[in-house]
Order: sequence, then C-alpha cells, then structure tokens
Amino acid sequence: MKFRTLLSIAAGAVMLAAGSTAALAEKLVISNWDGYMPKDMAEKFKAATGIDLEIAVHATNEEIMGKVTASGGEGYDVLFVSSPFAEALNNLGLLAPIDHSKIPNLANLYAEANELKHDPGNTFSVPYTWGTTGLCYRSDLVKTAPTSWNDLLTPSDDLKGKITMLSTDRWLMAAGFLADGLSVNTTDQADLDKVRDQLIAAKRNLLAYDDTTFYSKLVSGEALMVQAWDGWCNYGITDKPEIKYVIPKEGSDLWADTMVITKASKNPEAAAKFIDFVMNADNGKWVVENIMYKSPNKAGMEAVDKSMFEKYPNMAITPAELLKYEQLRDLGSGMKAFSKTVSEVMAAK
Amino acid sequence: MKARSGTWLLMLPGLMWLGLLMVVPCLLVFVLIFFERGIYGGIDWQAPTLENIARVFDPLYLSIFVDSGIIAGVSTLAALLIGYPAAYAIAKAPASRQTALLFLAILPFWTNYLIRTYAWIVLLNPAGLINSLLIELGLRSEPLTLLYTKSAVVLGLVYSYTPFVILAIYSALQRLDPSYAEASRDLGAGVVQTFLRITLPLTAPGVAAGAVFVFVLSIGNFVTPDLLGGGKFQMVGNLIYDQFLSARDWPFGAALSVLLIGLMLLLLFAQAVASLRARGEHARA
Repeated sequence: MKFRTLLSIAAGAVMLAAGSTAALAEKLVISNWDGYMPKDMAEKFKAATGIDLEIAVHATNEEIMGKVTASGGEGYDVLFVSSPFAEALNNLGLLAPIDHSKIPNLANLYAEANELKHDPGNTFSVPYTWGTTGLCYRSDLVKTAPTSWNDLLTPSDDLKGKITMLSTDRWLMAAGFLADGLSVNTTDQADLDKVRDQLIAAKRNLLAYDDTTFYSKLVSGEALMVQAWDGWCNYGITDKPEIKYVIPKEGSDLWADTMVITKASKNPEAAAKFIDFVMNADNGKWVVENIMYKSPNKAGMEAVDKSMFEKYPNMAITPAELLKYEQLRDLGSGMKAFSKTVSEVMAAK
Repeated sequence: MKARSGTWLLMLPGLMWLGLLMVVPCLLVFVLIFFERGIYGGIDWQAPTLENIARVFDPLYLSIFVDSGIIAGVSTLAALLIGYPAAYAIAKAPASRQTALLFLAILPFWTNYLIRTYAWIVLLNPAGLINSLLIELGLRSEPLTLLYTKSAVVLGLVYSYTPFVILAIYSALQRLDPSYAEASRDLGAGVVQTFLRITLPLTAPGVAAGAVFVFVLSIGNFVTPDLLGGGKFQMVGNLIYDQFLSARDWPFGAALSVLLIGLMLLLLFAQAVASLRARGEHARA
C-alpha cells in the first residue's frame, strides 16, 4: 500500500513536470534506472503512439524487486531489470508472456540475443543491453598489464591500496568464482566459503569498494586498477585514453539488462508498443552512443559510427564471443546462503 | 477534573501519531524476527524460527556492534572535547554576540548532510585539497592516506555532530546560576578549580544529553562509513541497510535492528536516571 502511495505521488510529480494534460489518452508506467533511456523518450513515444509515459526510477534491482513482489506488480506496466531478476519475477508468476507478433522490432535483435540462457526465445523478457565485467586499468601507470582475476585478488605491491572492487553481491563474488574456475551461479557451500575467505583477504588491499565512481578514481590516478563493467570503463576512457579494459583470461560473466511486462499491467498492448519502440534502430544507437554499453539491437549497433568501436574496443566484441561467457542466473533457493556469504565478506575486517 | 480530561484530549493526536507511526512499526519489526526470509526476498510466514536471534549473536556480527560502539564512542569524546570549549566561549561572550556565534555553529546544517560528507572526500583524497597543499608546501612528497580509513569516518562523524554538543552544553551553561562560580572564587578557588569542581558537574546533564545525542546518531550512521570509509568498515547501520536493501533478508535485518534499539534504550534509560539523580542532588544542595 505504502509503495502505491509513493508511486502515485512520484507519478503525479512527473505528470506535473511533463505538463501532460490528456486525461483520456492511454497511460503506461515504466520503471528504469536513471539516465538509462533518452531524456525525451516520453515525448518521442507520445508523438509516435499517442500513449502517455510515466517514468519511475529505481536505483537498484533489489529496490524494484522489493516493490514489485510487495505489490504483485500493480501500478507498473514495463520494468527494466537485470536478467536474474527477470527470471525470478517469472518464477514468481508476476510477468506476462511477450507476444512476438506485437513486437515486430524484435527482428532487430542479433540471433544470439534470442539464445540467452535465462530466457531462450525471449518468452518473458527482451534484452536491452548486455556486456561483460572485467578489469579497467591505467595502462600508463601500472607496471604490468593485468591478465588474471588474481591480479585483482592478490595484487602486486605497487597496486596494493590502489585497487577497487564492485560491492554489488553477484559481481563481488563473481571475481572469486571466476578466479577459481567455478561457475558464477554456484551456491555450493564449500565454493562459497572458499571465495569468501579469498575476498576477505583481498579486502585488506583495497582502496575502497566502489560501484559508481571507480572510473573517476582511475582518471584522477587515485586507483590504478578497478573491477568494472565494460560500459563504465568506457566513461573513464572518454576522459583518459590511457585507460584500458581487459577481460581476464579466466573469463567474465555475461550480464544482460532486460525489459519485462508485468502480469498486473492493465495495458499489455501499450506495453508491447513501448518495447517495440525501444527496440527501434534509433534507440539502440542512443544506448551505444550515450550509455556506452553494448546493445543486443543489431540495427542499432550497425547504425553507430565505426570510430566508436575504435575508441572503445570492448564494444567491438561480437555477440558470438559474448555468449561464450556464463550468464548470471537467478539463484533461487540458493540465494539465502549466497547473501549470507556476502554479508560475511562485507562485515569482516 | 475538567482540566485533566482536557489535557488528555490535547495529547491524543500526539499520542496517536507516536502510536501509529512509531510503536506499531517497531512492533512489526519485532515480529519479523521470528520468521524466515522467503526465497525471493519478502517473508515466509509459514516458517517460524529462532535462527535469526541465534545469528545476531554470532561473533562476526557482535564484533560489528562493538566496533561501531568504539567508533561512536571516540567520536563522542572528540565532539565533547571540541564542543565544550566552544560552548563555553559562546556562553562567556557578550550577549550581543552570542546569537551570531550560535548561528555560525549551526550554519553547516543549512547544507545537506550528504553534500557536507562529499566535501570531506574532496578535502581528504590523495589528489585533494589537503594533500595538494602539503605537497605544494614541500612538506610531503607522497600524498597521505587520509581517505577510506577509520579516522576519516570518525572525522566525518565528529564534524557532523559537534554542533549538537555545542547547543546542548551552551543551554546548560546558560541555565547555570553565575553566583555559584562567584561564590567559589570568593572562597579562594582558582579558575581551573572552579571549572572542574563547580561548573563541570553542574553542566553534567547538558554534557550527558549532548554525548548521548552524538553517540546514538553516530552508531546508527551508515552514510559516513560508506562514503568516507570506502565501504571497508561496516558499522551496524551499514549491516542493517545491507540486510534490508541488498540481501533482502528482512528478518535478520529486523533482529539486528531490535538489538540496536534495545541497546540504545538502555543507554537512554541510564542517561535519564543519571540526569534525574544529578538534578536531585542539585536540589538538595
């Protein structure tokens, strides 16, 4: 109940700001990360379809998961969530099936984007962005270029105190899983304990945990090597071309952010139109040029200026290469043990 | 009779507010402890358990309570050491200046807490103002590690909460009857003795109030340890935040919260008793 009231107030504020006056037009409520879509998305969508768009923001997957599981999805039509959470929502029965006949722009996707393990054939989710996680470093300041996750977990002396790691649970642990050759989706207690101990030891050499400003730490030279999502490393490369991104030899995880339609949505037709609109070539191109993430939208990627791929080499990885990496999946009942281990790592000295 | 019922009626809105918005939520939190987290977050109401209570007393988490207490304690002490002299100076200043001085003490609160904490990041980081100055002046060749340390966290807490101490002690000093100090000096005690044996004990309730304020705010703080500690020094606030918002293990978060609330209630109770006793002795004197 509380969330609905909050959403109504937030929605009301957005409506006022957007100056929307049409009371009879169809309305769609979506929730996305801030800045993850073009700022004029609502205007462009209204111009193309006549449907009003209300945009709510969530800062983390957990936030929108909490709201949606509490309210059964009431009040939202389309959500942008990472693939493990899309999988979880589907397992909870909160998602509507994707009707491919209503979304012709699905043809814009790479063939590989229809083979994602969490949802083969895209039956309940449509991928929006995808990418890898690796090491982002100052090639001009590090003594030797990193090649392994162990360069992060047991750094050389010149790097001690100058590295950061991601603290978001799945990626925090993935660094350890990948270094040990384990699955990024394992919940076996022995695996969890082993990685927990490695991460607690690694904590002592960190400058900080950083999920949002690690690239500026590289630009300023405060940090020399950081664990980073590929798109975020590009933000650093923009300001300092000496920054390089590498996927360590043990590999990366494959992450994907997706769009889903809630079962509670009163406007599944409008929701499908929205997804179709987002899947057009222009929006795919916008994602690459502005958020600097890779898009599974082939039409969008091909519309991008080729110089982008030279400046940001991690964008040039082909979908076939991407699918070699293990995708992050929902952990189901293993999540409890996993979260417990993460709490133990974060609490340790 | 009429006056009494009138009083209760007037208090009713306030009591309802407290009841609905504080007591009921606290009870809800308390109830959560006895259930398990559902698979996808949320609560599994079919699975009552005492596991969360046992988990709270795991040495790993208890040590976080202890560490948080130490950081909060050190911050409180530092805030008192800075705040008391400041309050004393303001109280002894000419009456015309006191308002302006108090205003200066409170002025930082006009800026958002988060922004003030970020300002410390700008000051303390290796390429920041303090290190740049030290290197420019030739006092250091390498930057000092000031940020992402426990000391930075204490610094942030002291900076944020000292004004509360100043206000609490200032008001205690204001209420102090100057004739006590006069009498003490007439009888031959020096300035320092007068302060230590008359002024300080008489302002003890104000000191206690300020100290408890800083301690309670510091121990639950999760913003400062996260920003200035780089997420490396988890305090109780961070632990609880993580349970509710990242791990989505509400029952365990609730158990931690109840323990924290319980400890703080004990502290406030002790302060209230000490304060009453101090006032009692004062009245008898």
